[in-house]
Amino acid sequence: MGILNRITGNDGKASNSTPLINVSRRSFLQGTGGLAIGVCLGPVACSSKDAGTAATVASNIPAFEPNAFIRIGADNSVTVIAKHLEMGQGAFTGLATLAAEELDADWSQVSVEAAPADVTKYKNNLLGGQGTGGSTAMADSHEPMRKAGATARAMLVNAAAAEWKVPAAEITVSKGTIRHAASKKEASFGQMADKAAKQPVPAEVVLKDPKDFTLIGTLTATRKDSAAKTNGTAKFTQDVKLDGMLVAVLAHAPHFGSTIKSFDDSKARAVAGVVDVIRVDAVPGVNRAAVAVLAKNTWVAKQGRDALVVEWEEAEAFKLSSAEIFKQFHELSAKPGLVAGTRGDTAAALKKPAKLIEASYEFPYLAHAAMEPLNCVIHYTGDSCQIWNGEQFQTFDQAAAAATLGLKPEQVSITQLYAGGSFGRRASSKSDFIVEAATLAKAAYAKGVKAPLKMVWTREDDMRGGYYRPAFVHAIKASLDKDGKLVGWQQRIVGQSIAKGTALEPYMVHEGVDHTSVEGASDTRYDIANLQVELHTIDYQLPVLWWRSVGHTHTAYAVETMIDELAHAAGKDPVEFRLALLEKQPRHLGVLELAAAKADWGKPLAPIAGMKRGRGIAVHESFNTFVAEVAEVSIDADGMLKVDRVVCAVDCGLAINPDVIKAQMEGGIGFGLAAILHSEITFDQGKVVQGNFGEYPMLRINEMPVIEVHLVASAERPTGVGEPGVPPIGPAVANAVFAATAKRIRKLPFGDQLSA
Amino acid sequence: MTDLTINGVKHTHNGDAAMPLLWFIRDEVGMTGTKFGCGVAQCGACTVHLDGQPIRSCVTPVSVAAGKNITTIEGAAADKVGAAVQASWRKLDVVQCGYCQSGQIMSAVALLAKNKAPTDSDIDSAMSGNVCRCATYVRIRAAIHDAATALA
Repeated sequence: MGILNRITGNDGKASNSTPLINVSRRSFLQGTGGLAIGVCLGPVACSSKDAGTAATVASNIPAFEPNAFIRIGADNSVTVIAKHLEMGQGAFTGLATLAAEELDADWSQVSVEAAPADVTKYKNNLLGGQGTGGSTAMADSHEPMRKAGATARAMLVNAAAAEWKVPAAEITVSKGTIRHAASKKEASFGQMADKAAKQPVPAEVVLKDPKDFTLIGTLTATRKDSAAKTNGTAKFTQDVKLDGMLVAVLAHAPHFGSTIKSFDDSKARAVAGVVDVIRVDAVPGVNRAAVAVLAKNTWVAKQGRDALVVEWEEAEAFKLSSAEIFKQFHELSAKPGLVAGTRGDTAAALKKPAKLIEASYEFPYLAHAAMEPLNCVIHYTGDSCQIWNGEQFQTFDQAAAAATLGLKPEQVSITQLYAGGSFGRRASSKSDFIVEAATLAKAAYAKGVKAPLKMVWTREDDMRGGYYRPAFVHAIKASLDKDGKLVGWQQRIVGQSIAKGTALEPYMVHEGVDHTSVEGASDTRYDIANLQVELHTIDYQLPVLWWRSVGHTHTAYAVETMIDELAHAAGKDPVEFRLALLEKQPRHLGVLELAAAKADWGKPLAPIAGMKRGRGIAVHESFNTFVAEVAEVSIDADGMLKVDRVVCAVDCGLAINPDVIKAQMEGGIGFGLAAILHSEITFDQGKVVQGNFGEYPMLRINEMPVIEVHLVASAERPTGVGEPGVPPIGPAVANAVFAATAKRIRKLPFGDQLSA
Repeated sequence: MTDLTINGVKHTHNGDAAMPLLWFIRDEVGMTGTKFGCGVAQCGACTVHLDGQPIRSCVTPVSVAAGKNITTIEGAAADKVGAAVQASWRKLDVVQCGYCQSGQIMSAVALLAKNKAPTDSDIDSAMSGNVCRCATYVRIRAAIHDAATALA
């Protein structure tokens, strides 16, 4: 299975390091054909009315299934089968919009259901397997979903033409009604469904001219998951309850690489309601060793877990502290690394420049910290296994669970539920928590526990469970000529590889360079004649993973703050300086100019008494989407920073759901702000220091700026929006802080550096 | 034995009275709209009302709730303010992943029940105990204003 195809850049030309669509976070899909399980289960489904209930599914009697993506019921319901996970990014709504547009359905009759795990039907063509990530949902599915809708429509029309004995060309369809004006005949989809099912599937269908769109680009208040997520009925993995199910809470090894020496479970077993205690050995490099307590409910299981006494064997454990890690990184950044991208003669351009600017940057490990702590429901029966999960990487997880249990992948079914956030964490490159759940289920089964199990991680388990955005150090040297033109750029990047040691390595690591470590730097579109980006990859047994926008989370910060620094050194306006370097990049120019204009760039900010104020800008391309952001900040006498307002411009090609795009920019900005202001995972002799939100603060509503989002009108193919809002906010804020205080923040998070 | 009234319906808990209310509501009663996020009252995903006051059910023992009226997201629509808040949430498409939104809505309902026209600053104070990792805060603020207008 070729997960991950290399694809060319948005302009269709291979750049010197070919942009790759990363397998990153974003959603996925689903599961199983699995037997209607229990009362509250059923596949994730949602309608515009009372989404997410088994009733919605049950009422949808399939009368007409023209393809794997659409089902039309005799009750006039239209169900769109979503092959991409809904984890907040709006994939369900986007997919439904595409299909409903070509079908000419009434939006209110459309509901969405997660697809089962079936790579033959639901492969993500940009990832090469079934999965969601890399902001690929709309890019992958816009044409297939429109074709699916158009095919269904054609069959309904042909059925009506045959039934009414009129030419198909005279039939119109609008808002779910099929009409023949001359004979005054009309029918709903439901009335024509069984007849349409008997029509041949057309080999070719013509898609609408964009000027005829009635749903794409126009819908508001449109999310298909809004109702279920505002009345408590939306089902997440955490909400699954099966007959006889036991809850498992685990005592995890405090160090990565530890094993279980011994444990005393007598006190745990004495807790009323504890059913069993199960040893869960680790697969080295994948998950942490653990001891699980099984109980009738979550609270009892946690009480039992807390009463366990476990002795860990730590001889092979990861024991570094953060200071040592960064010391190693900085030392390496002084030495040449593997070349990730090069053009011109960088060494010569840095030799005797009119001006040389040098800076190094430090980026910490980051936890995803989705609101739903990791969990998984699993039922192993000896010769089959059912999994319920906010499932993002079906193809990998199915194989990993099967391997753990000694089954074939097809003996493992996966039911997809809503994910309470992921940001990459549920797209585990090593299926870590699925492997843990399967190991637990197998061990429990061997001890005679036949019940389904819900494995629940506490917040602390989740935060200390690894799979972090890797820490990085960047060291940049850049030179200006006597006219202030940027002529030389050397950037050395040091950190762990996300792909190395995973099944994705052959697709993502080339000649030792993990593209996700350097993306956004080695493939910069800035017109710099002499540029070299080098990489040092460090191998630790600390698991790392993509985190919303992956490599761009750090490369955009380093590049965009350095560009700002160079603009000031050259005595040029930061927008003008960028425009000159992006002359051949129309889409970068488009968002840069739009954001600058809407933010009144160049006009002084209104003063606020007692505050230093500043405005900063950044522009970045990620996942073939272009985003520029302008941040306005205020800093008081104590160094307290407030981000007052952010103006964002985005070009993601054809805007399928403009309001969803705006929401993803707003959310991406907030997510990025949390990271640059507050977030870091640190290690004390290998132990993760942070455990809950007290030590790993989230952005709260009082810190959320006013945000304006502007879309660049475009007819280009649609690209993703889940991630690209994140990268520019850090550097935009840092550049605004410089404008206000003349201070450069080069170590993240900001923390209290401004009050020093 | 502890008697509890949730959304007007009486329930009895026979286990550990120190168990947080959250787990009674979710695991025993089976109402799963109220969420587990942190377990230590730092994220607000578990917010329910106890006699109209917003509380974090993950740190509130069942014994504390005995004899009081508990309202969860499943009962929010029965109240005029609750229904208005939910309607504004849908109108502005506030939700993303949705996991925190039951708690957000319960906190917003409690705010509007005592403050009919909250300012942005009132909203920030009342809502800063509720974390949204998707950062839907811009729309949460707008939806609270929208609900206030609808209720006026």
